[in-house]
Amino acid sequence: MELIYSLAIGVFFACGVWLLLRPRTFQVILGLALLSYATNLFIFAMGRLTLDRPPLIDPNVVADASLYDDPIPQALVLTAIVIGFATTALFLVMLIASRGFTGTDHVDGVEKGE
Amino acid sequence: MSTLLRHLPVLPIVLPLISGALLLFLPQTRTVLRSSIALLTTLAQVAIAAYLVYRLIYPQPGLLEHGVEVYALGGWIAPYGIVLVVDRLSALMLALNAAIALPVLVYSLASWDRIGVHYHSMLQFLLMGLNGAFLTGDLFNLFVFFEILLSASYGLLLHGSNSVRVKAGLHYVAVNLTGSLIFLIGVALIYGVAGTLNMADLGVQWAAMAPNDRSLFEAGVGILGIAFLIKAGIWPLNFWLPTTYTAASPPVAAMFAIMTKVGVYSLLRMGSLLAVPETPAPFAGPWLFYGTVATMWFGIVGMLAAKQLTRLVAFSVIASSGTLLAVVALGVTSAIAPVLLYLIASVPAGTAFFLIAGMTERLRVNAVTETMAPQPTTYTAFMAGEPHEVGDNELDEVGVAIPAALAFLGMAFVSCTVLTTGLPPLVGFIAKFSMISALLGAAMDQSSMDAWLLIVSLLAAGFAGLFAFTKRGMRSFWSTGATTPRLRFIEAMPVAFLILLSVAMTVLAGPVMSYLDLAAEWLHEPSFYIRAVLPTREVLP
Repeated sequence: MELIYSLAIGVFFACGVWLLLRPRTFQVILGLALLSYATNLFIFAMGRLTLDRPPLIDPNVVADASLYDDPIPQALVLTAIVIGFATTALFLVMLIASRGFTGTDHVDGVEKGE
Repeated sequence: MSTLLRHLPVLPIVLPLISGALLLFLPQTRTVLRSSIALLTTLAQVAIAAYLVYRLIYPQPGLLEHGVEVYALGGWIAPYGIVLVVDRLSALMLALNAAIALPVLVYSLASWDRIGVHYHSMLQFLLMGLNGAFLTGDLFNLFVFFEILLSASYGLLLHGSNSVRVKAGLHYVAVNLTGSLIFLIGVALIYGVAGTLNMADLGVQWAAMAPNDRSLFEAGVGILGIAFLIKAGIWPLNFWLPTTYTAASPPVAAMFAIMTKVGVYSLLRMGSLLAVPETPAPFAGPWLFYGTVATMWFGIVGMLAAKQLTRLVAFSVIASSGTLLAVVALGVTSAIAPVLLYLIASVPAGTAFFLIAGMTERLRVNAVTETMAPQPTTYTAFMAGEPHEVGDNELDEVGVAIPAALAFLGMAFVSCTVLTTGLPPLVGFIAKFSMISALLGAAMDQSSMDAWLLIVSLLAAGFAGLFAFTKRGMRSFWSTGATTPRLRFIEAMPVAFLILLSVAMTVLAGPVMSYLDLAAEWLHEPSFYIRAVLPTREVLP
């Protein structure tokens, strides 16, 4: 599981970085979205990958840390997702505004060679 | 009253949040009400910050006796809950933030707050993010406050949007979103190794970390450091900065002058807490030192090449960021207090410069109406309707001309130049002089080439700034065809306030220095901070 998980994160990162460096605003925003997916998965993995373990303590079961999953990375991921979502939406608005002002979707506002 | 005093540390975050949210619901036409709410909140923040500083200077029994006050949000103790920490450095940063926010707000009341929508809300949210970043004692909360201040800054940058601002904004947002992701990766790695994100607890964990965990932790801290260095504008991570600051409207650029210092503050804070047994790479040592010296030279070359005043000031902001961190990186303990003095001297000067730039732009009247006229696209895009008054085009009609407007602008320009370049008699000189004197001591004692390199760079930055600003000033004020600008009192007053603040710091340099000495001592001795946050934990030396 660890191997597949880390490969998935790596592929997301690689695609994200490549798209981020592209000249079109739409590619940049997709790149940022992929990077944020990769980051969120990464944070999640930092709580260790476990199966069938709840993050909340059950009062009827013995309080033993090995029976539970770490809830903090999950909370961090939730926050990161919300913030990432909001800022991506804001970036999308700027992308459209830039398209409206310049008439092109190049990140510099001018086509190459113009 | 005593309950309120106990909750004082959280107020710099809660107050702007409430007032910013309230301002969202007031219609744009209620100009007076909106301005008064914004003004009152900012005044309250000034008062709170001033009181926190006062309480640190004259400690009361039970509170702040060790120079560190910890506020546990919701009563959950660290490291399980989230804490806010007030010590001398964070109180100083809060006060600095409030002291430049007030003049910026007053300045923008003249017209700038009405060239777009929701200016006051965004400014308050920016203040909330800044205050929070200075106060928080938790890495993830630091991320959240960074995001709050960045989101507000995205909106403020686009305020009164035109194509230049949107283009600069696109790059700014892309760089900072990437920076935030890097921040998160660093935080996740640190959590994965240390199992905590409380900064004081991280200091304890780092001191006692097993050798095989160290490299992973250092990698996490290194990645985190990159995110801070992007915010601080350190070369080669700062190419977004001059364009962004030049594109922003004057009061916004003026407020941005402190934003690079959030990165500097975070680096200082984390570097101080992780000092035992050895500070990781991005927070100290040759790695940071050569990067920051390169930043200073980048700023110097940029200042010499800049044609616009705003661009020139942006490069001087970069040079000052570089200076601050270069001295920190060199690790000369006696130079830390002078560096803090340089910080509180250079930020108001940068702010005042951006405000002055907004007024001297008007010397070229035609250029103003062409480039600065707000374009209506965004209002319709947000379905907000036209603001009730578009100030820019009317600037030449409204307002009483101060007879000596040009003289005032000239004097303000000279004062700011003196402050930024570190010439006598203002506080910039005292800061630079004491910095160089501490560095000279280190250079003589340890015969370190790095200290000499830094002294040369510092002097070069001063000369380059003096040359560039004088050239720029001559072109603005002495060129033929310059018209006397019409200034409004409300615009001139904030600049005068900022300069008087520097004069006050010059006169009171002794008490200010003794406060900063203690702040530096606390930074050098992180066990005070750690013991205050984690009173029950066994503290390692």
